[in-house]
Amino acid sequence: MPRSTVVWTALMVCGAAFLIGRAATSPRGMGYAYVRLIPQAVDAEHPQGRWQTVEQATPAEYWRAQAADPGQTAIRWSGANTVGIWIAAFLTLAVLSFLAGDNPAYKLAESVLVGVSAAYWMVVAFWEVLVPNLLGRLLPGLVKAWALPGLESTTEVLYLVPLVLGVLLLWRLSPRGAWIARWPMAFIIGVFCGLRLVTFIHADFLSQIRNTIVPLVVVEQGRVSLWDSLRNVTVVIGVLSCLVYFFFSIEHQGLVGKAARLGTWFLMITFGAAFGYTVMGRIALLAIRLEFLFDDWLWLIDPNNRRLWEGAAALLQGWGVWG
Amino acid sequence: MYRFLRDLDRRWIFLLMLLAVAVPILLQSRFPETPSALSRAVFDQIERLQPGDRVLLAFDFDPASAGELGPMATSFTYHCAKKGLRLYFVALWPVGSQMIERTIQDVILQDFPELAYGQDYVNLGYKSGGEGVIKVILTDIRQLFTTDAQGTPVDQIPMLQDLATIRQMDLIVSISAGTPGTKEWVQYAVTPYPEDLRIVAGCTGVQAPLMYPYIPDQLPGLLGAIKGAAEYEELVTRAYGRGAVPGTYSEARRRMGPQLVAHVLMILLIVGGNAIYFAERRQGAR
Repeated sequence: MPRSTVVWTALMVCGAAFLIGRAATSPRGMGYAYVRLIPQAVDAEHPQGRWQTVEQATPAEYWRAQAADPGQTAIRWSGANTVGIWIAAFLTLAVLSFLAGDNPAYKLAESVLVGVSAAYWMVVAFWEVLVPNLLGRLLPGLVKAWALPGLESTTEVLYLVPLVLGVLLLWRLSPRGAWIARWPMAFIIGVFCGLRLVTFIHADFLSQIRNTIVPLVVVEQGRVSLWDSLRNVTVVIGVLSCLVYFFFSIEHQGLVGKAARLGTWFLMITFGAAFGYTVMGRIALLAIRLEFLFDDWLWLIDPNNRRLWEGAAALLQGWGVWG
Repeated sequence: MYRFLRDLDRRWIFLLMLLAVAVPILLQSRFPETPSALSRAVFDQIERLQPGDRVLLAFDFDPASAGELGPMATSFTYHCAKKGLRLYFVALWPVGSQMIERTIQDVILQDFPELAYGQDYVNLGYKSGGEGVIKVILTDIRQLFTTDAQGTPVDQIPMLQDLATIRQMDLIVSISAGTPGTKEWVQYAVTPYPEDLRIVAGCTGVQAPLMYPYIPDQLPGLLGAIKGAAEYEELVTRAYGRGAVPGTYSEARRRMGPQLVAHVLMILLIVGGNAIYFAERRQGAR
């Protein structure tokens, strides 16, 4: 067996042993979730409410409530939320396991992600786009009675146009006459080109030129502001030299070549800053997943004092005061 | 040593990075934050508003970027609620609606139970159409938002009755992870109406460099990635007292500990990698 396989297997076994040890020795378990029941539509006939909604409660709140009244049911253990935490922990570890090499756990997590995302987008598209934006405009009475009681609109015949265009777009799936889908596609491209062209010229092209027209020597209250002047000079030189770099109609030699080389340096600094920001973003993503594993699942840390009561209760038990 | 480093299995580097992030989290390491000019500008834009002013909070992100943007959303909501501003939540991303609900649950219901839904804050939820939504609600908000996220007609919501367009907003706060997001709010809302609308934003690290060209005329303030969130948290904490701000509002500063250690490791790896590369090239030249 290769040495690296032995080492990585040993690491995995250590990790698994830690998890089992943690689950077995933790005085109040780990990875449990609790919910608070909120009575709705309370009246004289229904003091507990006609129905109840749930909101998340912290373990500390549950333990406090149990200490005060062991028979209370207002805050209770939630099986569904607990299973959710454990599935989330498993999927997190499964995705991270790809770093050690491709494996079935990663494949499973990847497939779950793809399937759930596709289903989620289909449901969102139906309920958030088709129902309110199309059916709600064409058949408001029906949609109001069926799905959206708060809907207030009248029939708008104009919305037959997007309905027809939508049907034409689906024609692409047909083995014959797929070219019909090009008409609505042309409409979509035309609309977005028009919308984005005007906006781009206004917000990016013209506004960016205006933002570059700045005083090279900034005078504030009768005194020259060195840093502001330096910043403005850097902006102007940076913009001009980068533009020269992308100007390929003249050979990059002599003065033009030097300006283009300066432009390259500005571009490199920009790419470096972008890379730094990207690294920061990715580390933040890793940090929140680890925080989830350590806090919500393993209960190793408690940054938001959600299980503060655990420590206090253990102390009280130790003194024989409670429990 | 050279040969060992050259042939090092990349999984050891992954393990090192895992430890660099995990250990500071387990030790709950925290480091002081010095707010930058951009974070201060974001804070000042909210500070200058008066109680009762309208703020549109656009939550254009999803759980994948909640690690970076969640703390910003929490701090923005806390700051605005402390100032007594009227909050209008909206999302151009489908899952943004859930992000809004979570923030309302964690911040408003927990720490501002006195605020009334429909009078002090409202959740307009998700609306499909991306930048098209922005274009429409700039002229008539009722054309798209006939109900709030719960399905209540807008005419029954007091704080929406005198609101015709989002140009009546005193500030737009965009928290964005991509498209549509801050860029679209700047392009479609703020740039055409510079006299009516102002915007501040918080965005992911990947997106931040794309926003810098809009600073300061089109975008006066920007929180870039978790660092920006941590600086803004620090400003809010300083302004409203350390004791008064609950621990929930220190998420970003907590995550700067792992950032620091991981960045040091990254720098060492880059320097080490380059050293090996040049050593290899020198050996090849011989």
